[in-house]
Amino acid sequence: MTETTTNEVIISCKGVHKWFGDFHALRGIDMDVHKGEVIVIFGPSGSGKSTFIRTLNRLEEHQEGDIIVDGIELSHDVRNIEKIRTETGMVFQQFNLFPHLSVLKNITLAPIWVRKWPKDKAEKVAMELLERVGIPEQAQKFPGNLSGGQQQRVAIARALAMQPQIMLFDEPTSALDPEMIKEVLDVMVELAQSGMTMLVVTHEMGFARAVADRMYFFDEGLIVESGTPHDIFHNPQEDRTKLFLSQILQH
Amino acid sequence: MAATEVVQETKRPPQPPGLLKWIRDNLFSSWGNTLLTIVLLPITVFILFSSIRWMFVGADWRVVTQFPLLYTVGQYPRDEIWRVGIGLSLIIFMLGASWGKWGGLLRSISIAFSIVFGVFALLPVQHPELDLGMRLYLGANVLLILVGYWIGRIQYLKGGHIVIGWSITPILAILFLSGFENSSTLPAVGTTLWGGLLVTFLLAAGGIVLSFPIGIALALGRRSSLPVVSAFSTIFIEAIRGVPLITILFMFSIILALFLPSESRIDRLVRSLMAVTFFSAAYSAENVRGGLQAVPHGQIEAAKAVGMSNFQTMLFITMPQALRAVLPAIVGQFISLFKDTTLVVIVGINDFLGIGRSIINSDPEFMQLQVEVYLFIAVVYWIFCYLMSLASRRLEAAMGVSSRL
Repeated sequence: MTETTTNEVIISCKGVHKWFGDFHALRGIDMDVHKGEVIVIFGPSGSGKSTFIRTLNRLEEHQEGDIIVDGIELSHDVRNIEKIRTETGMVFQQFNLFPHLSVLKNITLAPIWVRKWPKDKAEKVAMELLERVGIPEQAQKFPGNLSGGQQQRVAIARALAMQPQIMLFDEPTSALDPEMIKEVLDVMVELAQSGMTMLVVTHEMGFARAVADRMYFFDEGLIVESGTPHDIFHNPQEDRTKLFLSQILQH
Repeated sequence: MAATEVVQETKRPPQPPGLLKWIRDNLFSSWGNTLLTIVLLPITVFILFSSIRWMFVGADWRVVTQFPLLYTVGQYPRDEIWRVGIGLSLIIFMLGASWGKWGGLLRSISIAFSIVFGVFALLPVQHPELDLGMRLYLGANVLLILVGYWIGRIQYLKGGHIVIGWSITPILAILFLSGFENSSTLPAVGTTLWGGLLVTFLLAAGGIVLSFPIGIALALGRRSSLPVVSAFSTIFIEAIRGVPLITILFMFSIILALFLPSESRIDRLVRSLMAVTFFSAAYSAENVRGGLQAVPHGQIEAAKAVGMSNFQTMLFITMPQALRAVLPAIVGQFISLFKDTTLVVIVGINDFLGIGRSIINSDPEFMQLQVEVYLFIAVVYWIFCYLMSLASRRLEAAMGVSSRL
């Protein structure tokens, strides 16, 4: 557990519902996240965990309920959406780096055009971030020439370059070869310890054990159970949680 | 040590070198292959031999060499021909400046132009149209490329300046060519007198430069969420693609004139240019749309997640990747546009091919020499089309179309 947690609520969700056509993907999610907290969300595929964190920066639109991020309510107002997106960084399962731009340009593009920073400031910050994720020597390469682990670290640097308040991770290690998972998790652990507010959808239980403040178990669009990693691993209350944990911790 | 021995052992065995191996592998690798070689070899040799003999002995190239100006500028008044020269020189100068600024492919093009100009300037033949003045002009263009190159190398001259130069140059050149109604130094020269390669290049270059942005706009329009915009784009694209180019040319050159009041008559060359442009734009639009569809949705999500607006996402993320993906198709479209400009003969414009036809028809003696004329025209078209496809391949390599995923 990190000691940087404060009492200030930075994300507040009440009764969030989401439908894909007739499919009811989120069925009333309530969650408060405090500044500096590290939240791990896990659950079977199709449980709505990815959909949920994607509603937080409105890559998915929720149809019912309230989401307030950093004091801004998510509504149809485009300015609000763009404001929230500059305050939340997101890391995707498939990295989604821009293949036609060098690593450096991937990172500096948004600071220059969205934050309106001068180019040299953006590049200076980008190089510091590449230093932080351990691959400054790759700055001039193109994403296609990097390993999966390196690409995901660039993606983290790209998200951090906007100096967000919150970082969202959507299964950041699921597309990686096993030997590359650690290099990405190391970066995430360092980030968690630095006091960043993080919501991480992952099945990396070692990571959860090491840095999570709270864990949420999702199933069928609902939060089935939540608690500290200690509670979840040693004293799960719900049968579904026990079953799922036994399945993923078996090996 | 053992490891290095293994490596040495598995090294690729040296290939038996030489022509003999190539012949054995490619011409006599099997019974069928050998038979094919024995049958086809004499036929190939015969065709090659007789073509070469015809080219140097049988053919009469006077019908080509006699009228270089006719092939290049058509009936443009010979007294005013210096204006075409100035137009060409402006473009040549910009080419040199671009070479100085960006190098790469532009370097090859500049050098190729210099060589062609230089060779014609020094050609050791007597020709009434290749007099001293013309030779000096051609030589001066070589110098102009070098001067442009030198200016392009100047530090504080930015790429933006060159782009501005390129957008002014064609307008200046056209003004020089067409002249003004009441001017004594630049009397108006109607487009009915323009012809030859000049018209072919005007139509092709104009069509390419204008149809590309229109095509992009149509592609975006077709994907737009605004129903009116998307319906208009779709109808425009499908209407144009459903009609042969000849029909569109007729429509623009005849029907358009009927609708518009006579004093606002649009010039017939401009009408043909519009027809060619819209035709090409509809096809480019579909190419670009294909490219847009090929960009993974995750790219757009990633751009939005860092707070980029829809416009920024399109400008920096979606469009560059889409264009990169369909570059070969777009260049293919430009090449067919270049060749399709020959259809303007139908509406009475003497482009390069049209001039060739009118030369043949001008003299009964030339009627015997059609093959020479058409072969010459075909070779010139081939050279320019091949240059375009060469440029496309260089551009693809520079943009890493195949290497960077």
